[in-house]
Amino acid sequence: MTVVEGKLVESQKEELLTGCEAVAHAVMLADVDVISAYPIRPYTEVMDAVSKLIADGKFFAEYIIADGEHSQFEIVKHASAVGARVFVGSSGTGWMYAMEAIAVTASDRLPVVALVGNRALDDPGAFGVEHNDALTVRDLGWLLVWASTAQESLDTTLIAYRVAEDPKVMFPTALAMDGGFLTHSQHMVRIPSQSLVRKFLPAYNLGDRRLHPDNPISIAPQVNEDWVMEIRMQNAEATKRVPAVIDKAYREFEDVFGRELGNPWLEEYMMEDAELAIVGMGTLAMPAKAAVKRLRSRGTKVGLVRPKWFRPFPTELMQKVLSRVSAIGVVDRDFSYGSPYYGGVLFNEIRSTLYSSKNHPTIANFIAGLGGREISIADMIKMIQLTYEAEEEGKDGQVKWMGVRE
Amino acid sequence: MAEEIVFEKIKGIHKVPREEFYSSGHRTCEGCESAMVMRMFSKASGPRTIALGTTGCMYVANTAYMTTPWVIPWMHTQLGAGGSAALGTSAGLRALMKKGKIPEEKINTIAFCGDLGGADMGLSAISSALQTDYDLLIILYDNESAANTDIQATGMTTWGAQTTFTPTGKVKRIMQTRWKKNVAGMLAAGHPNVKYIATAIASFPPIDLLNKVRKALSAGGPAFIHTLDPCPKGWDYHPRYSDKLGELAARSGIFPLYEIDHGTAKLTYNPPKPRVPVKEYLEKQGRFAHLKDEDFQYIQQRVDSMWEDWEIPGIIPVRNGTIRSEK
Repeated sequence: MTVVEGKLVESQKEELLTGCEAVAHAVMLADVDVISAYPIRPYTEVMDAVSKLIADGKFFAEYIIADGEHSQFEIVKHASAVGARVFVGSSGTGWMYAMEAIAVTASDRLPVVALVGNRALDDPGAFGVEHNDALTVRDLGWLLVWASTAQESLDTTLIAYRVAEDPKVMFPTALAMDGGFLTHSQHMVRIPSQSLVRKFLPAYNLGDRRLHPDNPISIAPQVNEDWVMEIRMQNAEATKRVPAVIDKAYREFEDVFGRELGNPWLEEYMMEDAELAIVGMGTLAMPAKAAVKRLRSRGTKVGLVRPKWFRPFPTELMQKVLSRVSAIGVVDRDFSYGSPYYGGVLFNEIRSTLYSSKNHPTIANFIAGLGGREISIADMIKMIQLTYEAEEEGKDGQVKWMGVRE
Repeated sequence: MAEEIVFEKIKGIHKVPREEFYSSGHRTCEGCESAMVMRMFSKASGPRTIALGTTGCMYVANTAYMTTPWVIPWMHTQLGAGGSAALGTSAGLRALMKKGKIPEEKINTIAFCGDLGGADMGLSAISSALQTDYDLLIILYDNESAANTDIQATGMTTWGAQTTFTPTGKVKRIMQTRWKKNVAGMLAAGHPNVKYIATAIASFPPIDLLNKVRKALSAGGPAFIHTLDPCPKGWDYHPRYSDKLGELAARSGIFPLYEIDHGTAKLTYNPPKPRVPVKEYLEKQGRFAHLKDEDFQYIQQRVDSMWEDWEIPGIIPVRNGTIRSEK
């Protein structure tokens, strides 16, 4: 550690890591107590990395190979209830298999941190990325954030523990990473020192909700209609406290580690004077940026907005950013059969967000890159062109599936 | 290292601890033997215990909000998660103790699950828990039905019984054609790491369950106890006969009582010969009112076969290298 201009600056240790390996390093640095693993592609690589770190004595955690994803998530839920910091994860249908446990973890208000290596839901079988798996928890009280680089994956994992375990929050948090494109692709990653992480991340303290013989409480009794409304509303109110905690966590992260993270909620790329915004989550930011840059060089005023936190949803910020443009193309790496306009999940969230804005931009939707199909720079340029056309032709709410074979 | 608690054997009804850790506040039925299992295991384990209860009648009837009967810490877990709840709790405690985040001591982790949750849905998670070296006890309280839901048949319901899923009808007299699973035997045979496995009945022999719980908790690793709990509502009899039915289940041999302590199996109760006919146990229950003599004979013949043809009655259905199966 060195001191530059009166500020502590972390050691400049850099390593070439995959997205999953970067998360595994964050799990080690967070000194997680209990980890539960079960194999499913593509998230599984994080557990490969974690188990190797444990085997090599880099850190200590109770590491349990479960008999299935339901057990995996139940194990960490209960470990969390006795005061242990935990890590878990899954992908696609594995995440769905765990869904009962996932649902109760949120209503138990236990700050489990999970990695979702986004994967298509069977059937038919596909290993590649689709966001539908992670999006299934959007109504349950899970905080949900998408990363787009390995560095962001490591940083966001540390932030996830900090936010989830904040006494004002106490919600489980899922870090979503595009299967293959991020889970398995290598980036140079700056790994912070243990001492700085300790400074940033206080010890997990469940307080008077900790299950222990010294604190003989009963957790999750049968409440029925007598109390369930009150409890649900408490949870709903608690979600409103999350944004301030996230803002503070990012600011302190920057202070402690001496690295800029930018806006916690969304990344804006060339949006200053943009007339048209393309919106999408995860790794599609890369071809999107290339497309934006290329079109900018030809004088087209286009920019990218990449939402990071999906829950809680940054409503006002999204309104502010997107009401500046006259046309928006939302790229969904998911589907929502039978939804309004038969569009994607992100598309409908964005439309709902912009309903009260005075300037109603044209919003077009693209369903793209499902099942791990690549979204190329040419695809992104095509989607931007189609968004312009939708605006010119007054086709607000138009939904197109991209790159589908005839 | 944690100080090892060696529970003393309770040598008579007057030596049973007076402290209650499963107290007033529950809403179980009159004559509920599963409630007796709760009361007894917590008496045997004492205050340094964490209880985990899967969904089931011992959840729904037990823990109405703000009237919890649990004096010890208790947490709900999902129907199929008895094994995972025990595993997660025990692993959490061990990690925190190893890292010095909480004081080292022996804390008993006990998860209980009903037959629907434990023997059907949750079997895989229990199997997984018994493969580990964590200190935990899983109690399968078996009242042979989904007793809080509407008395539906499970994989543990006695052959021939009427339940809401297996009514008797004009064409089919018997809908419950599955033979009860031998869960404890199955778990014992397939889990070399398990330290203690037992079957028990709350009412008979007296104190037996208490001592089996104590043995399980001092076994130094994963343990499993299967109790058979007569259920007045589900089995259709007057609540005053709950203890008697438990005794008859043991005396007739339909539910063998045994333990496997660090790999050594022994019957803990050997029903005197001639064994009480199973009909005496079955005919006292309304759920068997539709059975004919041939049905009683069928059940009797299978129970007899278990006692006479199995290498170890009730545990391992093997004799001379042949697996005994349905004839």
